[in-house]
Amino acid sequence: MIKKTLTTTVPAALVALALASAASAEIRIGASVSATGPAAFLGDPEAKTLEMLVEDLNAKGGINGEEVALVLYDDGGDANKARTFATRLIEDDEVQAIIGGSTTGTSMAILSVAEDAEIPFISLAGAIDIIDPVKPYTFKTPHTDRMACQKIFEDMQKRGIAKIGMISGTDGFGASMQAQCKEVAGDYGIEIAADETYDPKDADMTAQLTKIKNAEGVQAVLNPGFGQGPSIVTRNYKQLAIDLPLYQSHGVASDGFIELAGKDAAEGVRLPGTALLVAELLPEGDAQKPVVTAYKAAFEERTKTPVGTFGGYAHDAFLILTDAITRAGSTEPEAIRDAIEATKGLAGTTGVYAFTPEDHLGLDLSAFRMLEIKGGEWTLVE
Amino acid sequence: MSEFLQFLFSGVTVGAVYALVALGFTIIYNASDVVNFAQGEFVMLGGMITWFAHAAGLPLPLAALIAIVATAALGVAINKLAIEPARGAPVVSLIIITIGASVFLQGAAQLVFDKQIHSFPAFSGDRPLRIGGATIQPQSLWVIGGALVVFAGLWLFFTRTLLGRAVLATSNNRLAAQLVGINTNFVMTLSFALSAGIGALAGVLATPITLTAYNVGIGFALKGFAGAMLGGMGNPKGALAGGFLIGLIEALTAGYLSSTYKEAAAFVVILLVLFFMPQGLFGRKSTERV
Repeated sequence: MIKKTLTTTVPAALVALALASAASAEIRIGASVSATGPAAFLGDPEAKTLEMLVEDLNAKGGINGEEVALVLYDDGGDANKARTFATRLIEDDEVQAIIGGSTTGTSMAILSVAEDAEIPFISLAGAIDIIDPVKPYTFKTPHTDRMACQKIFEDMQKRGIAKIGMISGTDGFGASMQAQCKEVAGDYGIEIAADETYDPKDADMTAQLTKIKNAEGVQAVLNPGFGQGPSIVTRNYKQLAIDLPLYQSHGVASDGFIELAGKDAAEGVRLPGTALLVAELLPEGDAQKPVVTAYKAAFEERTKTPVGTFGGYAHDAFLILTDAITRAGSTEPEAIRDAIEATKGLAGTTGVYAFTPEDHLGLDLSAFRMLEIKGGEWTLVE
Repeated sequence: MSEFLQFLFSGVTVGAVYALVALGFTIIYNASDVVNFAQGEFVMLGGMITWFAHAAGLPLPLAALIAIVATAALGVAINKLAIEPARGAPVVSLIIITIGASVFLQGAAQLVFDKQIHSFPAFSGDRPLRIGGATIQPQSLWVIGGALVVFAGLWLFFTRTLLGRAVLATSNNRLAAQLVGINTNFVMTLSFALSAGIGALAGVLATPITLTAYNVGIGFALKGFAGAMLGGMGNPKGALAGGFLIGLIEALTAGYLSSTYKEAAAFVVILLVLFFMPQGLFGRKSTERV
C-alpha cells in the first residue's frame, strides 16, 4: 500500500518541481509563426531559425548566464489563432517578449494583445502599418514594400529611365507593392505608362506583356509579385524578346527564382535583395558580412535547405531581442523595450538596425542591395 | 495583327491546360455523376512526382510514366477507401468526400515532398517558335497535342467501346447496369484510375509552363471545372471546347480590355451560357422520366 502511493506521488512531485524551475529560472521568449498553411514558406524557415538560435545560445551559456526557453506556436497563418496564442503566451507561458506574426494579418492580431499586456513584440511581416504610427511595444525587422520601390526607382533614375510599365500579381504582396510603387514613383520623376496585373495562378502572361511592349516610350518593366508568377513573367519576357531592363521585387530574391525562370531568361534581371543572398560577394569589412555568413552556414548545415530572406527576419528579431535583454540586464518588459529603442549599429542579416523611440523599423534604404543576375549568379550592382 | 496572334497564342496555351484538366472530370462524372474535386490534386501530383523522380536522377520520360501510374493507383485507392464504402450515399455526400480527399492529398504532398515551387525542363527546349511575328513555347504545342489526343481517346472510348458504354450505363442506372451483367464496382475503379491518370498527364505536360507546388491543385480544379461546366459536364467535346474558350476569353480580355477584368469576363460568359443553356454548350439534355 505504501509502495503504491510512493510510485504515484513521487513522479507527480518531480514533475511539479521541474515545472516550477522552468517557470522561474529562465528567460522565456514566445513565438507564434505560420509554420504550416498558406504562409508556410514564411513561417517554416522562421520556426527552424528560432529553434536553431535558441539551441546555439543555450549551448554558449545563454544570456548573462541564464538559459533561454522558447515557446513556439504554429498559427497556420490564421489571425484568430495568432491572437489566441498571443494571449496564451502572455497569460499561461508568462513570456517576457514575443517574436512572430509571419504575415501582416497575424502580426496585427498579436500586436493588439501584446500592446494591451505591455509585452515587447517584434513582428516579421512587411506592412508599414505595423509600426506606423509607432506603438510603444511593437517593432519589426523586415524592410517595407515602399523601401523596395524606392530602391528600384533610385536605380532606374541612375540609368536614366523615366517611363516604365508595371505588371503586378493580384496576391496580397503584389497588390500592396503595386500601390506603394505608384505612390512613390513621382518622387523619382518616373511615369507609369502601363499598369497590368495577373492572377498568381496564371500560366501565361504574354498578353499583358505584349500590351506593355506596345505601350509608347516604355523604358523598363517592373514586376512586383511573389511565388511562381514572376518566374513565368520572366520566361514570357524572354519569349517575346522584349529588349528592356526587367526589375523584379525582393519577393523573389532567392536562388529558386533563377532556377525556375531559367538561367537565360533571368539574365540581366535586377532586384533589391538583402545581404544574405550575396553573402560571399560582400566586400571584407562590410558590417553585415560576419553575421550573414555565420547564419547562412549554420542554417544550411542544419536544415540542408538554402537560406532565405524570411528565416533571416526571424534571425534578426532574435538578435535584437537577445541583444536588448543582455544590455538591459533585466527581463522586465519595460526595460527590454527601452533597450531595444536604444539599439545602435546592430548588424543583422536584413540590414544594420538603429532603433529610436520614434523609429521602430530601424532600417534605411542601405539595407537593400541592388542585385543583378549574370550567368545564373547574383552579382552586386555598383 | 501580330498582336492579335500573340493574344491568341497566349489564350490557346492557357486554354489547353484548362481543357486537359476539364477532360479529367468527364470520366468519373460519366460513371457516377460525381464531380471529383480532387481532380486538381491529380494534376498537382503528376507534376510533383515527376519533378521528384527527375530530381532523384531518373530520365524525364520514365519519371513522367511513374508519376502517371502512381497517381492512377492513388485514384484507385481513393475510390476503394473513401468512395466505395460510402456507396448508396447521395451524390452530394460523395462530392464532399472528394473535397476531403483533395485536402488530404494536398496536406500529404506538403509533407512527402516540400513547400517549394518546382519545375522540370520543357520536352523540346525553351526556344520559342516564331509564327507571323508572334511567339509560342514548344511546350504549349505538347499541351495542345496532349489535350487533343486525350479528347480523341475519350471520344472513341465512350462511343466505340463496350467498356465505355458500360461506364455510361452505370451512371444512367446502376441497378439496371448490374442486372445486364456490368461489374459496376470495376467500372468505378476504372473510372478513377483513368481520371487520375489523365489528371497526372495534364500535370506532366503543363508543369514546364505553369510550374508546380503542393498547393496548385485548387487553381487547376477551379478553372478545369469552369471549362467542363461551360462545355457541358460529362461530354469530352464540351470539356475541350470549354477549356479553350475560357483561355481565349481571358487572354483577349487581358489584351484588349484590361488584365484586371480577365477572370471576371470569363465568368460572365460562363454565367450567360449557363443561363440560356443550363446543360452547357454540348451537354446532353436531361430528361426526367416520371
